[in-house]
Amino acid sequence: MTKTITDVICPFCGTLCDDIEVLVSDDGKQLLEVNNACVIGSEKFLHSQAKDRVTKPRMRQEDGSWKDVSYDEAADYTAAMLAKAKKPLMYGWSSTNCEAQSVGNEIAEISRACVDNTAAVCHGTTLIAVQDIGLPTCTLGEVKNRADRVIFWGCNPAHAHPRHMSRYSIFPRGFFTGKGQMSRKMVVVDPRVTDTAKMADAHLQVEQGKDYELLNALRVAFRGEWLPDVVAGIPKEKIREAADLMKSGRFVIIFFGMGVTQSLSKNHNIDIAIAVTKDLNEYTKCSIMPMRGHYNVTGSGEVFAWQFGFPYSIDLSRGFARYNPGETSSIDLLARSEIDAMFTIGSDPGAHFPISAVKPIANMPSVCIDPHMTPTSGVSKLHVPVAFNGVETGGNCYRMDNVPIDCRKVVEPPAGMLTDEQFLVMVRDRLKKLKGVA
Amino acid sequence: MTKNITLNLITGRTIQQGVAIESGKEKPSYRTAAGIIEMDDADFKRLGLWKNTNVKVTSPHGSVIVKAVESAQGPNPGIAFIPMGPWANAIIDPNTYSTGMPTFKGTPVTIEVAINEPILLGIELVQVQCGVKVG
Repeated sequence: MTKTITDVICPFCGTLCDDIEVLVSDDGKQLLEVNNACVIGSEKFLHSQAKDRVTKPRMRQEDGSWKDVSYDEAADYTAAMLAKAKKPLMYGWSSTNCEAQSVGNEIAEISRACVDNTAAVCHGTTLIAVQDIGLPTCTLGEVKNRADRVIFWGCNPAHAHPRHMSRYSIFPRGFFTGKGQMSRKMVVVDPRVTDTAKMADAHLQVEQGKDYELLNALRVAFRGEWLPDVVAGIPKEKIREAADLMKSGRFVIIFFGMGVTQSLSKNHNIDIAIAVTKDLNEYTKCSIMPMRGHYNVTGSGEVFAWQFGFPYSIDLSRGFARYNPGETSSIDLLARSEIDAMFTIGSDPGAHFPISAVKPIANMPSVCIDPHMTPTSGVSKLHVPVAFNGVETGGNCYRMDNVPIDCRKVVEPPAGMLTDEQFLVMVRDRLKKLKGVA
Repeated sequence: MTKNITLNLITGRTIQQGVAIESGKEKPSYRTAAGIIEMDDADFKRLGLWKNTNVKVTSPHGSVIVKAVESAQGPNPGIAFIPMGPWANAIIDPNTYSTGMPTFKGTPVTIEVAINEPILLGIELVQVQCGVKVG
């Protein structure tokens, strides 16, 4: 016999879909089928059942081969590494739950580490802009029920957040949007004709890297002032049309992604996107929301901000929290070889940092806590596989609109495997002894 | 002299890359999904390149071998796209300009045909570049 578990939370992207159905074996040890999830979410659930999965911590030997070690030995190595290091970097946190993040912060404080999450290569610049100018935002529920103008700026939810449009932004029939997509107009700004752009009522094919200029032109168009004939590759008539379309809505929502955060201008792109939102509020209601990537990168920012006062790129090496992106951010710390030990959890800097920031990791004591084999585990000295959060253990996570949702455990992890939190508690207790902290 | 063209490289998520990272980055499917460069049909003609051929992509920050495929999300002449991952990160601009964020989008790259050069697997590529000894 099998049983179906309903209302499961998908631990892949920041959309944090909460309507997944999972079929498990009667003893709860095997996950057999996943329904309602997107293709990426399904793969995440199903990969937990892979037969070739690493189930024991592994230490890299002198000859380059792996040697299986126990969780106790792994925790000993990790605690000793952090105790010895002058300036360790503890990076990741976005694919684990808030409970584990909180234990990690205790470890960071004791070892006077630099701590950072994947916002470093995602929405870090958004966080800088939010601190500069503020963020008039809303929840995805409000978008579903009210938004009749939906702008996707530099993001491609058809690929990166596959169920975002069907659950919240374009297709659902909400309280004031009873006709679903018929009651909404969709504008996409992207230098490529993405699959999202193909669905749009208006696609502004902006010249790559010229988002600031186009956003500025929209502010001018709202006010009906003079515009040059072409801005950022878009004719002024098209800009005025888009401006009128946005102004004529009852509730405008601007979603933005890596297209603006990772292009030159970076945080200034977001500054002006938020200023556009502010301007639109003189004519109608408008909100703006970053399309967060990892399912709990938002939660990591929340836990950091709650415990240290800053959402990412935090340096605790002086015994108190400092925050100065560019100085205390992971990529810059690695590129300047300022750190002497690398602790990675719930993310893959080996695959997603520029290679010049990955090379130093290979030459220092390093631990990678990740259920998968990744480029990061491939260059680390110790790989600690753990249970899949959101599949084999529950825990609190934050959706991209800052709504906390408790993930659910649906299946047992392989025998003897620990969760992130359990392993971090082992490390914390050992580190306290090494450092003589009560 | 080898013929080459210069394009503006952007990186980002594709759904195929998302599935591949969740099914195992050690597998060849990750290379199939992210060890590619998406180019416009016009740029293929400009370079005189057959589709699905290996190319060497070079920027001021490094070079990498990937497979050139026709843009699934185009047309976008002048723009090349490599899905996020170690292949893209071998060549993107690591400058953060004091924001902490590398410039993942908007790196000028040159493309040249490298039909006989192998495309490395994801983990292998990073290990080779980092000089990690693998047993």
